[in-house]
Amino acid sequence: MALLSLVEVEDLSCERGGRRIFRGLSFAVAAGMALTLEGPNGAGKTSVLRIISGLLNQEIGEVRIHAGAGYVVSDPEERGRLAGWIGHHDGAKGQLTVIDNARFFASLYGSRVDLVSVLDRVGLKRLADVPAQYLSAGQRKRLGLARLILSGRALWLLDEPLSSLDAAGRRLTAELIGQHCDDGGIAIVATHETLGLDATRFFIGNT
Amino acid sequence: MSAFTALIVRDMKLAFLAGGGATLAAAFFALVAALVPFGVGADLMLLGRIAGGVLWVAAALAALLSLDRLFQADFEDGSLDVLALSPLSLESVATAKIIAHWLTTGLPLVVLSPVLGLLLNLPDAAFGALIGSLLIGTPALSGVGAIGAALTLSIRRGGLILALIVLPLIVPTLIFGSGAVMGAIDGTGQGALLFLAAFSVAAVALSPFAAAAAVRLNITG
Amino acid sequence: MWKITILANPKRFLDLSRAIIPWTFVAAVLLLATGLYWALFLTPPDYQQGHSVKIMFVHVPAAYMGIMVYGVMAGASLTGLVFRHPLADVAAKSAAPLGAAFTALALLTGSLWGRPMWGTYWQWGDARLVSELILLFIYLGYIALWNAIDDPQRAAKAAAILSLVGAADVPIIHFSVDWWNTLHQPASIIRPGGPSIDRSFLYPLFIMMAAYTVLFVWLWLLRMQTEIFERRARTLMLAKGA
Repeated sequence: MALLSLVEVEDLSCERGGRRIFRGLSFAVAAGMALTLEGPNGAGKTSVLRIISGLLNQEIGEVRIHAGAGYVVSDPEERGRLAGWIGHHDGAKGQLTVIDNARFFASLYGSRVDLVSVLDRVGLKRLADVPAQYLSAGQRKRLGLARLILSGRALWLLDEPLSSLDAAGRRLTAELIGQHCDDGGIAIVATHETLGLDATRFFIGNT
Repeated sequence: MSAFTALIVRDMKLAFLAGGGATLAAAFFALVAALVPFGVGADLMLLGRIAGGVLWVAAALAALLSLDRLFQADFEDGSLDVLALSPLSLESVATAKIIAHWLTTGLPLVVLSPVLGLLLNLPDAAFGALIGSLLIGTPALSGVGAIGAALTLSIRRGGLILALIVLPLIVPTLIFGSGAVMGAIDGTGQGALLFLAAFSVAAVALSPFAAAAAVRLNITG
Repeated sequence: MWKITILANPKRFLDLSRAIIPWTFVAAVLLLATGLYWALFLTPPDYQQGHSVKIMFVHVPAAYMGIMVYGVMAGASLTGLVFRHPLADVAAKSAAPLGAAFTALALLTGSLWGRPMWGTYWQWGDARLVSELILLFIYLGYIALWNAIDDPQRAAKAAAILSLVGAADVPIIHFSVDWWNTLHQPASIIRPGGPSIDRSFLYPLFIMMAAYTVLFVWLWLLRMQTEIFERRARTLMLAKGA
């Protein structure tokens, strides 16, 4: 994992379809830290994450990722190459088995990690040969966590990672995020619920 | 396996698994060819004369059939976000998808075409031109088709608009493709194949950029 | 980094277009009246085609406009993509139905002209007419794409990419149709419109071309105005909802 030292968001505003979603957001997350984005529906939590990852290009303001040695990445597409992503959709192919999905992710990110141990870590080892479409919503979320691990990226951008997970799944997610931060990674998590770990909380919208 | 090859292999697998379009496209191709005699009559002379054109039109429609899900499926299940954030550029993603589409749709049509040529009484002298022209021309269908697929990826029931967009743009492929078959029948030379090849090279070389631009606007819009 | 918002920018355009629109209307009417009168009453009938040759005066400018408007549309699309100027998107969108209408008019008058000349309404041997037909389909695809995507910014970009791909392809299509034509139909159809045309036909033809162009500019500005007002209404509605 190539470590990053700081993610900076400065005076960020977002407008979609001529409507202002939020304005003037500023925050920074340093290596080893987790930040939760909280706020009511429609406050723009997902938009913030998509903007940081470069998936959304409707912003006014600055996003800078400091990659150590004074190297700063601000180009949206380059930012995307540094981010591990969990969104509303899991990005897995239902027709392919769990292990085939994982194998594809590993090739995509050039990961050399042992697939079976990763699946074991997220609790999908027994289901390795099951087509992903037969997984429950929570299990698909776990497959997303496997992808996150395989990405080997230092910046995790997670959009509602806890939704549809059971208690064990939530604990697992919190553990993984905690471990990621202990290893010097950065996590920015949009969530409605408490993560159950030490994180800076950032509120968007008028709460 | 490199990320690029892995994406081609994944898309090819998906095309042949349940819900994939590869076998459907080939079956559609055969069916259209088999229906034509019912429409125009069993006159073998006439059928032999129009076989090249009929097979080329059928190939264009069959290639179109499996195109609408080329990016849409990945858009809907979040895969396109994952691909956009992967080490691959969107141009590479589009190229990989075009290659996978051609291997699973274009190539089977090429393989199937001589059988359908027999069915439609294509003159012996034209078989080489039919196979050759489909081999050279179908990559352009995948390329130009990918642009249309990328432009319509967010549209529900985008298939109709996809057809409306793509079919006029591939008129040169149809003309030169069936022209090559005609040329072989009439013995008027292979000029059409050269034009066909030129169009295919240009289409395949340029379409990944247009398709990637279209994907980008649909994700980041 | 800053962006032009839809509300603020087109003000100058609106002021300008308000000033120009009445004049383009007057000019279009005058040019059309002059051109049509000259074409219909002051030119001699053709020794072969008789009075039906006069369809040329409505056909040729329409065909020319079909291609010219496509060029305008592609140019505006490129501007919109490169400079992200919303007015360019509006310009491209507003031009498309007009280009389609001119192309359709060219096809209609072309086939009406073809009836006395060829004995059929449609002749696949005429490369220009066949190319116009394909061009009409490209226009229709462009308009359909605009209408199918809800978000105007996204729709504008998608349509812009399509119009540029089309701009690259249209000359190739024309070439292929031309080639196809010589294959099936050794150039047997001779039509006026080439450089050998008689001078007495040339002047009213130019006037008609100018008339169509000014007519297009008038309708184009009008449509752009309407589009901008519609977008404003939409923005206001969304702002209220927020």
